Amino acid sequence: MTRHRFRRLVLTAMAAIAIVVGSFAAAAQAAATEDPWPDLARTVFGDRPLLDGADVITLETPTRAEDAALVPLTVRMRPDETRYVKALTVVVDENPAPVAATFGFGPKAGVTAISTRVRVNSYTNVHAVAEFSDGKLYMVKTFVKASGGCSAPALKDANGAKTQIGEMRFRQFEPAASAGASREAQLNIRHPNNSGLQMDQLTHLYIPAYFVDELKITQGDDLILTMQGGISISENPSLRFTFVPNGAPVFRAEAVDTERTVYKSEWRAGL
Amino acid sequence: MRVTSDSETTRQHRIATRAVAIAAACMTFCSATSPGVAKADDAVTPLEVSEIAPGVFVHEGVMALMNRDNEGAIANVGFVVGSEAVAVIDTGGSVREGRRLLAAIRARTPKPIRYVINTHMHPDHVFGNAAFVGDGVTLIGHKNLPQSLATHGAHYLANLRAPMGEALIAEVKLIPPSQTVADTLELNLGDRRLTLTAWPTAHSDNDLTALDQASGTLFAGDLLFVRHVPVLDGRLTGWLAVLDRLARVDARRAVPGHGPLVLNWAERVADERRYLDRLATDIRGLIKRGVPMSTAVTEAAVSEQGRWELFEAYNRRNATAAFAELEWE
Repeated sequence: MTRHRFRRLVLTAMAAIAIVVGSFAAAAQAAATEDPWPDLARTVFGDRPLLDGADVITLETPTRAEDAALVPLTVRMRPDETRYVKALTVVVDENPAPVAATFGFGPKAGVTAISTRVRVNSYTNVHAVAEFSDGKLYMVKTFVKASGGCSAPALKDANGAKTQIGEMRFRQFEPAASAGASREAQLNIRHPNNSGLQMDQLTHLYIPAYFVDELKITQGDDLILTMQGGISISENPSLRFTFVPNGAPVFRAEAVDTERTVYKSEWRAGL
Repeated sequence: MRVTSDSETTRQHRIATRAVAIAAACMTFCSATSPGVAKADDAVTPLEVSEIAPGVFVHEGVMALMNRDNEGAIANVGFVVGSEAVAVIDTGGSVREGRRLLAAIRARTPKPIRYVINTHMHPDHVFGNAAFVGDGVTLIGHKNLPQSLATHGAHYLANLRAPMGEALIAEVKLIPPSQTVADTLELNLGDRRLTLTAWPTAHSDNDLTALDQASGTLFAGDLLFVRHVPVLDGRLTGWLAVLDRLARVDARRAVPGHGPLVLNWAERVADERRYLDRLATDIRGLIKRGVPMSTAVTEAAVSEQGRWELFEAYNRRNATAAFAELEWE
């Protein structure tokens, strides 16, 4: 999916919700009775067949969203010698902007696992669709129960979220066991990732959507991954992933948000 | 709105259609049942309240999640009667509970309700607001309450529709405060004053407490949980800092947001601090070891299980929020 198309999808979904914002709850409730996936799949992947991904990808989500604003999700992918995983799309079906993120992976990056956190509005299927380098699409899904009561997929500290926007933290976990083996790293970015669906009670204007929509992580000149994100990605987006170190001395990350502000950082590769 | 493709148009149209259908169904339902509601109004059973100090009344919520059977009445709500007027502290988890609280007030005093205070945005504390709004009533909340209610309110309604049922949810109105507190505010009830204090982000980002000076009673809202496991929906480090200040409030007794009211409330603050400290210490250790969030939340603060009610319902959620906060330290 192109960047432009992704933005359009996100914005259209938000426009649709803005129409019914007064009946937001009603729409979410009604959605439980009708499976949005066939329409979503057609919109995102066109007529391309989605193969059963049970043998090549695994999607891990909690059965219950403990905190609707922060639902951890991991996708593990099993490429083989002949093909690598080119892209991965995560869809939270019942969210106002269902496509949470689309990841692209470098051909030599060796990314086989990626974790992030998403907002979950209501009881929903979550789909992960991986595109392998031979062009085949593989799909798996899980079901997440929304948490009830006072849990909401919104900011916990509205004013606190406005500080240090764009600050990035990069962490490398245990060193690779041997040359060519994979290791794990995590990138966190401070950003409110606002959904833009709520009315500001002081100004009575809808808060504009404000989120990280592009992210790129490289080691030296080689791409590890890109992300096109949406409002279903939690506040302070976090990506934890495996990769195969290429020996380059630095990691770089570049993020762009919906106000076209660019955030860049780099870190020395750890031992 | 920009229409970009046929399938998107269909989807938008379908969502909009659904909403209209639901709204229509709701209106039909509401109008069909409104005579029944009016009848229930006439015969509304006053909420059971105890007079914990002269002129200070509290209803103790049940130790449960909000549901149809308990009508959302899980939080402690109360009122203070002065020589001229009444102040209500939290309105309960449904309009029905709000009406029952109103009936309890009217059974004890004919004095006007001048102030209705929301201690924070959570549904069990504000869903009864609609029972109280009217001429001469000032609805008061923390300066952050309007914003947080706006961003969370629709989700509360959606999340609670299933456990509470359409009838209780349909009449809830999310009513923002007409006056907000940024720091402190004194309310005059005639012969007694309430001191309202707005706190930095702790349990939530809009915690407000009310201290009745005459009796030395602190309505602590959800800054204080007793027996009920504390619920984190703000900032863990902020809450721990607030507890230091809260413990210094000169009050003889405290009404927690949940759990029995307590005289030895410093000890209950210490209990809560122990849980929150344990959560912070465990999460920090797990982050340091590189344990991912999904695993960490199953391990943090488990040593506290058995000391708290509703632990299963909230501990992992607390750990999730704590992890997301503390990984930025």
